[in-house]
Amino acid sequence: MTTPLLAVQNLAVTFDTAEGTVHAVKGIDFTVERGRTLGIVGESGSGKSVTSLAVMGLHRGATVTGSAQLDGTELIGAPDDHLRTLRGRKMAMVFQDALTALHPYFTVGDQIAEAYRSHFGGTRKAAHARAVDVLGDVGIPEPARRAREHPHQFSGGMRQRAMIALALSCEPDLIIADEPTTALDVTVQAQVLDLLTRLQRERGLGLVLITHDLGVIARAADDVLVMYGGSAVEQADAEALFTTPRHPYTRGLLDSLPRLDAAPDTALRAIPGTPPSLLAPPAGCAFHPRCPAYAATSDTRCTGERPPLRTVAGGHRSACIHDEVTA
Amino acid sequence: MIGYLLRRLAAMAATLLVVCALTFAVFYLFPADPAVQFCGKDCSTERIELVRQQLGLADPLIVQFWHYVTGIFAGQTLGTGQYAVQCGFPCFGYSFQSAQPVWDLMMDRLPTSISLALGAAALWLLLGVGTGVVSALRRGTRLDRTLMVGTIGVAALPVYFTAMILLYLVVTVAGLLPYPRYIAFTEHPGQWISNLILPWITLALLNAAIYARMTRNSVIETMAEPYVRTARAKGLRERRVVGKHGLRPALTPVVTMLGMDLGGLLAGALITESLFSLPGIGKLFADSLNKSDQPVVMGVTLLASFFIVSSNLVVDLLYAWIDPRARLA
Amino acid sequence: MTTPLPTAAAEGAGAPDTTEAPASPWKLALHRLRHQKAALVGAAIIAFFVLAALLAPVLTAISGTRPDTVDKKAVDPYLGGLPRGALGGISPQHWLGVEPLLGRDIFARLLYGAQISLLVAFSAALLITLIGTVLGITAGYFGGRTDALISRFMDVMMSFPSLIFMIALLSVARDVNRVLLLIGVMSLFSWPYIARVVRGQTLSLKHREYVEAARASGTRNSRILFGEILPNLTGTIIVYVTLAVPGLIGTEAALSFLGVGIRPPTPSWGQMISDAVLYYKVDPMFFILPSACLFLVVLAFTLVGDALRDALDPKGSRT
Repeated sequence: MTTPLLAVQNLAVTFDTAEGTVHAVKGIDFTVERGRTLGIVGESGSGKSVTSLAVMGLHRGATVTGSAQLDGTELIGAPDDHLRTLRGRKMAMVFQDALTALHPYFTVGDQIAEAYRSHFGGTRKAAHARAVDVLGDVGIPEPARRAREHPHQFSGGMRQRAMIALALSCEPDLIIADEPTTALDVTVQAQVLDLLTRLQRERGLGLVLITHDLGVIARAADDVLVMYGGSAVEQADAEALFTTPRHPYTRGLLDSLPRLDAAPDTALRAIPGTPPSLLAPPAGCAFHPRCPAYAATSDTRCTGERPPLRTVAGGHRSACIHDEVTA
Repeated sequence: MIGYLLRRLAAMAATLLVVCALTFAVFYLFPADPAVQFCGKDCSTERIELVRQQLGLADPLIVQFWHYVTGIFAGQTLGTGQYAVQCGFPCFGYSFQSAQPVWDLMMDRLPTSISLALGAAALWLLLGVGTGVVSALRRGTRLDRTLMVGTIGVAALPVYFTAMILLYLVVTVAGLLPYPRYIAFTEHPGQWISNLILPWITLALLNAAIYARMTRNSVIETMAEPYVRTARAKGLRERRVVGKHGLRPALTPVVTMLGMDLGGLLAGALITESLFSLPGIGKLFADSLNKSDQPVVMGVTLLASFFIVSSNLVVDLLYAWIDPRARLA
Repeated sequence: MTTPLPTAAAEGAGAPDTTEAPASPWKLALHRLRHQKAALVGAAIIAFFVLAALLAPVLTAISGTRPDTVDKKAVDPYLGGLPRGALGGISPQHWLGVEPLLGRDIFARLLYGAQISLLVAFSAALLITLIGTVLGITAGYFGGRTDALISRFMDVMMSFPSLIFMIALLSVARDVNRVLLLIGVMSLFSWPYIARVVRGQTLSLKHREYVEAARASGTRNSRILFGEILPNLTGTIIVYVTLAVPGLIGTEAALSFLGVGIRPPTPSWGQMISDAVLYYKVDPMFFILPSACLFLVVLAFTLVGDALRDALDPKGSRT
């Protein structure tokens, strides 16, 4: 058995705030293989972004425990000097809003060239040529000219492409894209997402795609991890998740999507309630206050211990006590 | 960029005109009799009448204002006949007491004021920005708290107190430095420094404290920006992340403030100049106040406004040069 | 697609706003303030000086001195009029010593000086709060041409060298009531700073749901301004006024120091410092006492203002 590109085990992240300790991520496991895309889906506060930052070692002021191995190299607890040589080079990140994630003072070309030179050295000229190349690779017209422009001179879609170019510039093995299309117009979203998946397939990259948008997952992910309140509540391949969702939360998410085959005036079914407080999370299953199964049964097991992920079918895991009942 | 420059210049010209109008109003409309004010203490009736004629106070106000404004750009002759006095370009008024154009009086004092302002600015930048950056990067530590409490204390020190204590301890008791007097840099650079160091400290302390607090806020805010996280995600060394990606934008507001403070300081150091008896523009202003030499008071007021308005322009241009986004505005 | 919830940036760190809201922001602020030693020290110093100023007539009756009584016996004519005795002539009659030359009692002059300093600073603070709030709210709420006009006016006012202009105005002003004049002139150049902050806050409040709802339901503008917007601005205004007070006290001292503020025989700290500067070598106490008062009051207001800002306006604001 070969080592997976990224293997995360029992990863937990806590923050100490003035109001108390926040358990942002409560022990999750997943693996990402080369050439595959893992989609992590969840609402704000579900811990999906924190997970990605913890893997990259970019969590500031947080305590991270557990294990995350990139190609067999342990990342958690590794000295920052070592992590730095991996960041950008072996694993790269695409951030949500390229307007704020790219530096306003420097040209796009300079920002890409800077990343390249910091890992490979070489002349400024060579690094700049490399920047123009990757800008071309991500479909930016006239890359040589655009490389000399500042981020604010780019359109939203082009800016996000530049962000992807920056991530690709040092030919990493793993790319983590955190809500890469959320800030974009709908039509541009599809283009950027297609670009990302095309590059991922062509180059055999491992891709972690973090989103709150099931549409994005459906379009791009091979495997899916559903997060709620800092824990994984369901894990499956994309096909299985969309055809036979097991966890009540996943089902709620799917029900809240508009469907083409529904009658025109069917109301969308939103999940009632709000995401849980991270400071004072509900006891037991974090989802129980909003869960229809709990509402119907008032099962004391829902409020007792946090239900663990259990295998419910081949490669399909879910963290619900009612699974047998509701399956 | 050219269009931006032209727009800014036009706005500056408009502000200057407003400033001229207000200054004019203060000195020509506010007093009971401008002639008495402009002539000064113990003026005979004949002299007051002469001043009245030289200032053209019999003309309609708008004509007086016109002469006043055009005088700045073209110079003017005050009065007629044998009593006429020349006030060449740029005419900022004429001191009847010292029988000299105000501009000449001010230009004599300018080198002192510039020396004082530049030295003090260098000092407070060094102290303030240094403290602010260290405090921000060590946020929440004992060092940070100590420094920030220190800045509050320093900011509350009255300049009189700082100046006199420094004079007393360093000059009178320890005899380490001479009693400050102005020596031109070109004349003797070493003495220029040793004479001005106490006034520099006096003038710099308050601003050092203010800049330290502002820099700290700005650095903390900038270091939380997504683009700083991107710089880390690229795998850059922390020193480069902080130095290039963090500090450059964090210090932009500091540059802005520096420009405005420097502009204000050229005539605004009057208390420090008075305390150390340094012959700067501020001292000229304070002395003229005591002598009731109103034309000089008015001239310095106008010059001080010009300094501030033009330093605002310089700051805007500098800002556009540092931050590419500002060029669009 | 799914419910578009706030973006991922707020994840984890954004937790506090999901907790239940505290009963009232004022209670929370008061709670936070109690735990700030610096703020308590500041408040104590302010209380001390305010009491001293208010009780000046009582206290001077006890000490048996008047601020303007000349006591030639307390100074030594053979020493150029320096106070007799150590530390600037401290004695049972003159608790904090006397001025050189005239021998006026420093204790009494400091007390009456505190009256003037605080009176001028507080009145000016009140005035700039009024002007700044009214103009700031008007500009922010009504927007458009009103806003453009007021904002331009503020820009012009702020591009003046304020100290120089204040001095110029005071030097040509007809001599009426110096105190009123000082308050007026100081306020004239200080209100734009508060107005700018109030304007910014009003702009953001204007688009909150409850304000839009009130407007949509036809509530009168005045009701919205005083009922919905103003209450939400009080915290910010209090913070800025508190932080403006030390500046005003310092300005009053500077103006009096330069001889265009409070005129003798009315005592003021700035004037005392100005007199004392000549004697800094031979009679340092005369110089140190008013400076120390000035330092303490400015420090106290800064401490309290800073703590208030942290408590009421956690995001703070940058100048």
